[in-house]
Amino acid sequence: MNIHAIKAIYVFEMARMFRTLLQSIASPVISTSLYFIVFGSAIGGRMAEIDGVSYGAFIVPGLIMLSILTTSISNASFGIYMPKFSGTIYEVLSAPISAIEIVIGYVGAAATKSIILGLIILVTARLFVSFSIAHPLTMLGFLVLTSVTFSLFGFIIGIWADGFEKLQLVPMMIVTPLTFLGGSFYSINMLPPFWQKVTLFNPVVYLVSGFRWSFYGVSDVAVGISLGMTFVFMALCLVIVSIMFRTGYRLKA
Amino acid sequence: MKPLDDRQAPRPAASQSTVISVSQLSKIYASGFQALRNVNLDIRRQEIFALLGPNGAGKTTLISTICGIVSPSSGRVSVDGHDIVRDYRAARTRIGLVPQELSTDAFESVWDTVKFSRGLFGKGPNPAYIEKILKDLSLWDKRDTKIRALSGGMKRRVMIAKALSHEPEILFLDEPTAGVDVELRRDMWDMVRRLRENGVTIILTTHYIEEAEEMADRVGVIRKGEIILVEDKAALMRKLGKKQLTLHLQVPLQTLPPDLRIPQLDLSADGTELVYTFDAQSDQTGIGELLRRLTEHGIDFKDLNTSQSSLEEIFVSLVGNHA
Repeated sequence: MNIHAIKAIYVFEMARMFRTLLQSIASPVISTSLYFIVFGSAIGGRMAEIDGVSYGAFIVPGLIMLSILTTSISNASFGIYMPKFSGTIYEVLSAPISAIEIVIGYVGAAATKSIILGLIILVTARLFVSFSIAHPLTMLGFLVLTSVTFSLFGFIIGIWADGFEKLQLVPMMIVTPLTFLGGSFYSINMLPPFWQKVTLFNPVVYLVSGFRWSFYGVSDVAVGISLGMTFVFMALCLVIVSIMFRTGYRLKA
Repeated sequence: MKPLDDRQAPRPAASQSTVISVSQLSKIYASGFQALRNVNLDIRRQEIFALLGPNGAGKTTLISTICGIVSPSSGRVSVDGHDIVRDYRAARTRIGLVPQELSTDAFESVWDTVKFSRGLFGKGPNPAYIEKILKDLSLWDKRDTKIRALSGGMKRRVMIAKALSHEPEILFLDEPTAGVDVELRRDMWDMVRRLRENGVTIILTTHYIEEAEEMADRVGVIRKGEIILVEDKAALMRKLGKKQLTLHLQVPLQTLPPDLRIPQLDLSADGTELVYTFDAQSDQTGIGELLRRLTEHGIDFKDLNTSQSSLEEIFVSLVGNHA
């Protein structure tokens, strides 16, 4: 195991976050705060409680998930795309480092940033609405698992993308709609029966539902299923990454 | 960069053992383009090897394959006895690469990017060593400068520092002096010589013959993905010393007069040109004598020109003759 190399990539990527602190941390925090002001305080006061939870508190887990998903994807995809774009990837490819070590370095750093961001948003949310966390360890578990999984997903996008447009495409066209339709702002039980079935094909439903369970002990789908689906998605990403490295897809001629 | 005091000193006896062995290496890109054709090449330990060839000949593909950036289609490469695929860690640890393109990070400082490279190649931190590299490359004053604020020449130095950061035994320099000013070029050659004296093997690609002439112990020529010749520089230079005088005749000749049938003089197949090959470095080129004899025989010519064959022409003709 080339520990020095993993550390080098990890430190490099984390330094990138601290260089762009405003973009990495401040901007998601501000946008999340806006959600809380609009949906939590302004509109939330006129909404009925959902499953015995006030609307402002109800949307907290979903909003954290929304930030984690988009941050994980954008950080991890950017992290591997930039060296490809600037040409510095030559150094990583010619270094005595395995695919697994490369992934640990890049994905580990992206996931770390997402976890930090998730916790910051959690604290920010507490300033706007009052809530408690029923299962803190499970909450942390979901936070870590989701960050890692979606950083892996972002890593795949970063390798696949051959232009900045594609880099933006997946987060914007797929992830944001899936998150908004994944029960971040409502319980899927509020949907007509047909759409309840359709929505079960949306992986984000499981993440939000499981994460919300760790806060309030209530969920749209059983927490075990949520956990299982997250692992399935993570395994899928790992398989894709390993195929990409084995074939050298868009990395190696 | 430090001046090299002992440039004239006899160089340490280079061991003749092979440090890189390329055998039957071929590369066909996904587009179907064959960049390397059955390349066989041995690089000796501690030599300076210049790989010459025109653009698109396969120089960069060959280097990239040895360094692990391009996957070989077939064939094998071993570095210090380690297969570059099966035993890639051991092979790559020994290699430093300065690619042709100026690919650098923009927002990192010089110090950080060199430190990053050292870690990437599996070496623990060694600030004293990095300090020495940066000082040797005249980068020490710029250590905290962001790379994007550096000039092109300075960026090139940074790339060399990165390649040397993990103390490689073998250094690849891909077109190191393309677009480089005189000062940096001189610094770079000083550094290359110093590295070799410290036991580093150096492989550089170039399409400038003067570079090979100044630096290399041996020269290999690659053309259309094939190594067409590998030769000691001294032998090569002897061939390069040759010049040709071409005389375009007024009236085509059937045969040469007997006293003009000398090895240096060739009559073209259609009889319209006489080609005289001579040593440009020699005091006795024999041109005066040749022209006098031609006049005696009444052989008149309408035009003449002299040419020094380019390296590639010489090798192409050599290979053509050997084929």
